[in-house]
Amino acid sequence: MRYLIRRLGFYLLAAWAALTLNFFLPRLMPGDPATALFARFRGRLGPEAMQALRETFGLTEASLVSQYLTYLGSVFRGDLGISIAYFPSPVADVIGTGLVWTIFLAGTALVVSFTIGTLLGIVAAWWRRGWVDNVLPSSLVFLGAFPYFWLAMVALYILGFSLGWFPLGHAYGDDLTPGFTAVFLADVVRHAALPVGTVVLATLGGWLLSMRNTMIAVLGSDYVNLARAKGLQPSRVVLRYAARNALLPSVTGFGMALGFVLGGSLLTEIVFSYPGEGYLLVQAVRNQDFPLMQGIFLVITLAVLGANWLVDLVYLWLDPRTRDSVS
Amino acid sequence: MSGATTQATGIAAWRDAIRRDRKATIGAVMLTVFLFIGIFGPWLVGDPDTLVGIPLQPPSGEHWLGTTGQGQDVLSQLVVGTRVSLAIGFAVGLAVVLLGALIGVTAGYFGGRVDGLLSLFFNVFLVIPGMPLAIVIAAYLPSGPLTLGLVLVVTGWAWNARVLRAQTLAQRQRVFVAAAVVAGESSFRIVTREILPTMTSLLVAQVVGSTVYAIGAQVGLEFLGLGDVSAVTWGTNLYWAQNDSALLTGAWWTFAPTGLCVALVGFGLTMLNSGFDEITNPRLQLERAWRKHLLQRGKEPTRSTPVVMDND
Repeated sequence: MRYLIRRLGFYLLAAWAALTLNFFLPRLMPGDPATALFARFRGRLGPEAMQALRETFGLTEASLVSQYLTYLGSVFRGDLGISIAYFPSPVADVIGTGLVWTIFLAGTALVVSFTIGTLLGIVAAWWRRGWVDNVLPSSLVFLGAFPYFWLAMVALYILGFSLGWFPLGHAYGDDLTPGFTAVFLADVVRHAALPVGTVVLATLGGWLLSMRNTMIAVLGSDYVNLARAKGLQPSRVVLRYAARNALLPSVTGFGMALGFVLGGSLLTEIVFSYPGEGYLLVQAVRNQDFPLMQGIFLVITLAVLGANWLVDLVYLWLDPRTRDSVS
Repeated sequence: MSGATTQATGIAAWRDAIRRDRKATIGAVMLTVFLFIGIFGPWLVGDPDTLVGIPLQPPSGEHWLGTTGQGQDVLSQLVVGTRVSLAIGFAVGLAVVLLGALIGVTAGYFGGRVDGLLSLFFNVFLVIPGMPLAIVIAAYLPSGPLTLGLVLVVTGWAWNARVLRAQTLAQRQRVFVAAAVVAGESSFRIVTREILPTMTSLLVAQVVGSTVYAIGAQVGLEFLGLGDVSAVTWGTNLYWAQNDSALLTGAWWTFAPTGLCVALVGFGLTMLNSGFDEITNPRLQLERAWRKHLLQRGKEPTRSTPVVMDND
């Protein structure tokens, strides 16, 4: 339990660091931040909106400390300012429209890639120098060298544009109304196949190699030899004795990969005009919509921190040593 | 004098090691080809910004890789982009490791409260997602190679710091470091002369790995339009391809070659690194020695553990 609370403390600290970074970023701009930031909005926003934005960001005449406190206060109320690109919607509302899609896309890709990659890693390690072990690692590492979004472009060009097997973009057909109907869900899966597939393809190699290398080390250890000498079924030796222990580094890696895969899938979304945070982000960049950009950064960071804490829970369940050392 | 000769044997040793390992050789050859293209290529192709013909022409004898949506030659853009992208990639790769080494080694060497504070610092940076942070910072600063480099260093150094801290911590316990401390050498000298040299292969591997990261992240940011979009780099080439709707007009030649080059460089660097790993990792070396030994005796090598040899 102490372990979990310590981790929670760490994530809270990281969240505070992200908030503080977010506060200081506009002030990094060359020249006077308030003038520079608001010069871009002039003519697009009315005086009241400007004043509201000013207060949200704490860009007032007050001292830096009180600006900082004002900013923290508004973030805790869920007030992230007003979007420029989607004026006059509040940033929080704009982000809300995309969050489900991003979590769906990145989450599915991560889980699918982790599962398949880890299983392939077990296979490669068990049948050492078999065809899986000889062919897959290097070809997947080659695929992993491509930028995610470029693989997405190629897949979209070949499978979507040329062959017409998959839709060219968006999360579901324009003619459907969202709801938990079989038709709608099937359409969502059809639209997600290419974006998820390309991210999976690009990240599979990492999981495979990580699992394979740890498995090889674990398979050489004494307790696995003992299990084999006892005449246990190979499947039991592989899964219960070796794989469970070899999984630990991969689970640690899962937490690390979260942020990375999310970053990559943001770019993939752009290629597919997928209505998630990545698509909103590019709109924000094009329109210099700083409130929206910063809001997306904050929300994504918080999501990653939360997911990391869940990974810690899984780790606790997998590795009894973390439980023993703290009780 | 002796410094110069050890340097030479050091590099010669690496060169021999690369030549002995097949993966490392492939990686080194691929990398050399791209370095040549990056250094000499721009003089051989024309100005990449000149409008040479009708936009979106497919590859032909005149334009080997076709023309862009603006009517520029794709091949010249690709070659000129190679120079800029590789230069930023290697510079950032080096800078990231230097910063990581500075913080990681300091934390590992001094330990205690310094370690606690610095470890907290890089762990926080590790858990904050890099891409969104990079995007926000890059959007605020004036666009250009310097901003891009800065952003990539800020979001990329933490992992190296963590690895180097762990390594320093392990070396710190060794007897030769204790001897140097007793001999009254300064901390700076112990770190630079005693500890860092034991990590040379790790540092080289980190520079190579960080360069892969830097090239990928740089292309991603530029694809978003966060680089200098008037410059010619791999990332901006892809940005313009996407902007000119290359996909929906079927102009595959405007984006396919660039991505392929990014991947080939990344793959070459990764191969070089896994080759280094085989060279410097004693476990893998031992395994290879066993394998060779068994094959010479006409035995099929199985999982290489002492158990196998006992049966032999």
